[in-house]
Amino acid sequence: MRSAIPLFLRRMRTPLIVLISAYSIAVLGFTLIPGVDDQGNPWRMSFFQAFYVVSYTGSTIGFGEVPYAFSGGQRLWTTVSIYLTVVAWLYSVGTIIALLQDPTFRQAVVRSRLQHSLRQIRDPFYLVCGFGDTGRLLVRALTERGRRVVVMDRHQTNIDELELKDLGIHVPGFCLDAGIPDNLSAAGLENRWCAGVLAVTDDDHTNLKIAISGKLLNPRVQVYCRAESREAAGNMASFGTDLVVNPYENFAERLALAIREPDTHRVYDWLSTVPNIALPERKRPPRGHWIICSYGRLGRALQAALEQEGIQVTIVEEDPQRTGAPPGTVQGKGTEAITLEQAGIHGASAVVAAGPDDADNLSIIMTARELRADIYLAARQNRLHNKPLFRTADPELVVEPSYIIASKFLSALGSPLLREFLAAAATQGNAWNRALAERMRGLAEGVTPETWTLRISQVRAPAVMLALESGETITLGSLCRSPRDRQHAIPALPLLLRRGSHDTLLPEADTRLESGDRLLFCGTGRGFSLMARSVRNINTLRYVHTGEQHPDGLVWRMLARQRASS
Amino acid sequence: MNLEKVVFGFFILLALTLNFGFFIGEIDNPDHHNVYELFAAIVVSLIATVLKFGERTQIGAVLLAASLVADLQLIAAALVWAMAVHVLEVGLTPPIMASIVSLSGGALLANLVSTVLLTVETVSLQR
Repeated sequence: MRSAIPLFLRRMRTPLIVLISAYSIAVLGFTLIPGVDDQGNPWRMSFFQAFYVVSYTGSTIGFGEVPYAFSGGQRLWTTVSIYLTVVAWLYSVGTIIALLQDPTFRQAVVRSRLQHSLRQIRDPFYLVCGFGDTGRLLVRALTERGRRVVVMDRHQTNIDELELKDLGIHVPGFCLDAGIPDNLSAAGLENRWCAGVLAVTDDDHTNLKIAISGKLLNPRVQVYCRAESREAAGNMASFGTDLVVNPYENFAERLALAIREPDTHRVYDWLSTVPNIALPERKRPPRGHWIICSYGRLGRALQAALEQEGIQVTIVEEDPQRTGAPPGTVQGKGTEAITLEQAGIHGASAVVAAGPDDADNLSIIMTARELRADIYLAARQNRLHNKPLFRTADPELVVEPSYIIASKFLSALGSPLLREFLAAAATQGNAWNRALAERMRGLAEGVTPETWTLRISQVRAPAVMLALESGETITLGSLCRSPRDRQHAIPALPLLLRRGSHDTLLPEADTRLESGDRLLFCGTGRGFSLMARSVRNINTLRYVHTGEQHPDGLVWRMLARQRASS
Repeated sequence: MNLEKVVFGFFILLALTLNFGFFIGEIDNPDHHNVYELFAAIVVSLIATVLKFGERTQIGAVLLAASLVADLQLIAAALVWAMAVHVLEVGLTPPIMASIVSLSGGALLANLVSTVLLTVETVSLQR
């Protein structure tokens, strides 16, 4: 309320002074005007009596004439003072009500309440700029993981919607334009707990401004950006934005990867999607002739990626001149059978509906399916709320830009090593990835795995450090044994070991751990909590490592020593 | 010349002078302390308080605090007066008058602080 109270007091100055003046004039008058008491003697009110009379007449309660019946002069003054004080009251109360309804004042109240809740945050939080489809996905996923989030969006309707959502944890929502640096500061950019800025507005230029402000105002924060054009992405990356996601390019690259090395794509897909959803088992996209409907940003990215793979592509575009479509483009939307036939659907192996309009895209895949029941279909879903329609239409692949961005951001936020692992895994070839995919499939029962990192340090793994300091060797395999029964392995798979600057992919179970090691695991939430027990408790660690159950505590240790010496 | 500043300074000074006028005289002699003067001191002090509302500066905050102290002391003095005359009906005996006047003396000190602060601020602005 830092800015609301001074505003309130400043506005209340005049009404309060009017009120004080009216009261003092009325009180003074009553003490000066002569009256007559019950014995007929001349009498004057004291200040106490006068204040009493004015108090009940001013507030229009009116007890009558006390302590004695008034004289004519006193009655005249009572009339004057009633009008004086009642008008003063009406004026003051009117000002208060007008002030409470004043939009600026209400904004100040809302703002200061939000800033108060921002100051209450004592955990790292993420500032999500833009509460559209992507922002919604991010906020939901982050709050589900217990992370604190602050949202800003230009439109009040979006903020209202945020307030109606039940997220389980309070998410302050600022109705502010994120493109203005001051607004970013007001929403907590310079707060010491601000861990990252996620710029996901639908405007590249705004995202660019957010990224620059973020990097300049608080160099410590991670800045993740959405970019829809290659130029904007290059620009953002040029000043050190930590992650720039172009959903169209990203999708096109992944599609090309899925055609080239389906298992590499599978590993990538499983590790970078939201954890604990059904394992996506997608049909391998075919080589052969592809028809791309609509030559927009997605169409262009797809054409470039597919042609690089040596795949023949035919574009269907309503306005080839304006979009600069390549020669050989079929003119039309692709929603009619005749256009798709012109584009050669009978000889083609796949159709992509890549337009910016969901109704058109649905129409394209329905038409294509009518013409060729066995053709591979991919469709772009622009708005999240159309999901049920796309699920029913059931194309082999759905491109959801907001989902792509959100899952990229989340995987980068989740474990910092994951991005590097994915980049390294992509270069290992299909066979290596196929083996890894098989192991991952066995690990988590039909759902996408979670990933987590473990650092061998005093804070994160105190038990391991204790064992290492006392000269014991702890192997990676021990950490993956169950603390309930060490014959069983816990559902966790070590993916990457970083020691110094050296990375080892899929480290072996007999790898000896060293202080300072950083490990990336994938597995289930249960695996994570079981492992956390082993690395934190020295007795649990000894058990999983050697199978011995050491009694602990002073008495037990003494007894054990006696037993050993006897 | 700034009219706002004139009004502000006027009320702060007037609160001090009225307070002083009431305070001066033999401490336990009711004849030396006029009830109208106390009334005027309270009203002016209240107005001076309201005028200081909403200042964001450090000195504004201290001025407001000093003013609130003066209000409190003067209202306490008026309450003692009303209690003695109308509730307990013992009249203005010397001990009661002394306590009324000493309460107003405390308010005088607070008003003095206000005035000194105002002067300091004016001088430090050098405009």
